[in-house]
Amino acid sequence: MDSVRILLRLLRSRVRSQLAYPTSFALDALGQAIAQANELAVILIVFAQVDSLGGFSREEVLLLYGLAGISFGLADLAVGQLDELPRWIRTGELDVLLARPLGVLSQLVTSDLQLRRLGRAGVGVLVLAAVLAYGQVEPTPVNVLLVLVTPLVGATITASVWVMTCSISFWVVEGRELANAFTYGSTLTTAYPITVFGPWLRRLFCYAVPSAFVAYFPTLALLDRPDPLGLPHALRYAAPLVAVAAVLVAALVWRTAVRRYQGAGS
Amino acid sequence: MLRPYLHLVRAGFRRHSIYLAASLAGLFTNTVFGLLRVAVLLAVVGQTGSAAGYDAADTGTFVWLGQGLLAVVMIWPDRELAQRVRSGDVAIDLGRPWNLQPALLAQDLGRAGHAMLIRFGPPVLFGALVLPFRWPHSPWTVLVFALSTVLAVVISFAARFLLDLTAFWLLDNRGVATVYAAATGVLCGLTVPVAYFPDPIRIALYATPFPAMLQTPIDVFGERGATAALLGHQVLWAALLLAAGQLVLARATRKLVVQGG
Repeated sequence: MDSVRILLRLLRSRVRSQLAYPTSFALDALGQAIAQANELAVILIVFAQVDSLGGFSREEVLLLYGLAGISFGLADLAVGQLDELPRWIRTGELDVLLARPLGVLSQLVTSDLQLRRLGRAGVGVLVLAAVLAYGQVEPTPVNVLLVLVTPLVGATITASVWVMTCSISFWVVEGRELANAFTYGSTLTTAYPITVFGPWLRRLFCYAVPSAFVAYFPTLALLDRPDPLGLPHALRYAAPLVAVAAVLVAALVWRTAVRRYQGAGS
Repeated sequence: MLRPYLHLVRAGFRRHSIYLAASLAGLFTNTVFGLLRVAVLLAVVGQTGSAAGYDAADTGTFVWLGQGLLAVVMIWPDRELAQRVRSGDVAIDLGRPWNLQPALLAQDLGRAGHAMLIRFGPPVLFGALVLPFRWPHSPWTVLVFALSTVLAVVISFAARFLLDLTAFWLLDNRGVATVYAAATGVLCGLTVPVAYFPDPIRIALYATPFPAMLQTPIDVFGERGATAALLGHQVLWAALLLAAGQLVLARATRKLVVQGG
């Protein structure tokens, strides 16, 4: 219980320090929102050229994008600072964390909670609200639950992938760039129908890295439409189970990585 | 007069050749993004066979050249100079017997030369071998493409230089740099061809330097559009942005107060 109280106190101080420079903070949040809106712009521009993408209409792809955007924004908020892990390792600052009586991951996560990343989730919320207002989704109790739960489950899956791929940094010096392919790459694989990717990309980036469960399968359930790929019906409700599995695997990989870490003695 | 700057080009090249592992990791990421991006755009093209004048081969060429040039042109700012402004180290840079802007440009050209070898070649070759690709018809195109790429590097450098100079007034220019980095991807034609945009937006985009940083060399390689007009647009923006950089640098230097100690 004590460690939770310490972490909460740490978090409060981080939040206060970020709001100390309001102009810089506002610009930063705006930058994050624009970064997130990049893919939104691409979707809108693409649909100026065609009426459907991978068998999905503009509103359906936007529903995917909204759910994926909130998931990514929340995941980035929670574990995005793991991108700095290579620096912590290189400078030896990680050794300091290891010496403290708190978990390494929870210390890293609370080390720099960047509220500006809410800008990303904000864009997702706006798009999701617009699509729902447009009447794409039947307002049944199951759908309401799905809309509320999917971004949280999606964020859990995305954050697990983040932790897993950032662990590469314990083995490879340039792990951050490699991890980027999976973490930031997921902004593409989650926001589009997986039908646009070829079979190999789908196996690797939608199932093995379970991007398809972040937004695609829940969206099929929300729209109550058959899977164009003819996959089992149960998959569309399987995201929470996948999230649990992802967390377990991520925890295992992270533990193994931290155990084998040897400081440079600096 | 020019000798020191040529040395700086070499130094820029060698500095970046040290970090080979970083380049290789970046290469992997570029290739993954290329594969995902090309899949999305091919799904757009696939239905009608072409979109906004792009067929499958044009689309492959667009994506792989974009992923290759991305690191050469460096569309995302690294804020190195901005951090030197913030820490005050810039006083040393300004005290040296050189003009800061061409000196940094020389180093950036060296960096771009190295990136051309390591970061441009492999993704383009990979894309050309694995997916539909369109090689230029005329051998001259390759030469013009090289020229256009150099101009694109100069324009991108001049824009990043101006961005870094804002640190003289803001001290922490991270917010400005974040907004810039977030916007360039779509504006310069990395994620989607500028030709996809509705006409009014496309025309407005060409009133900015952004398409000249990436879309223009890609268009030259793909032999679309009038070469003279494309290069003219690039030369104009290179000159304008470099001149603006000199002006702002002069004002910034006058503003700078070096405190002893």
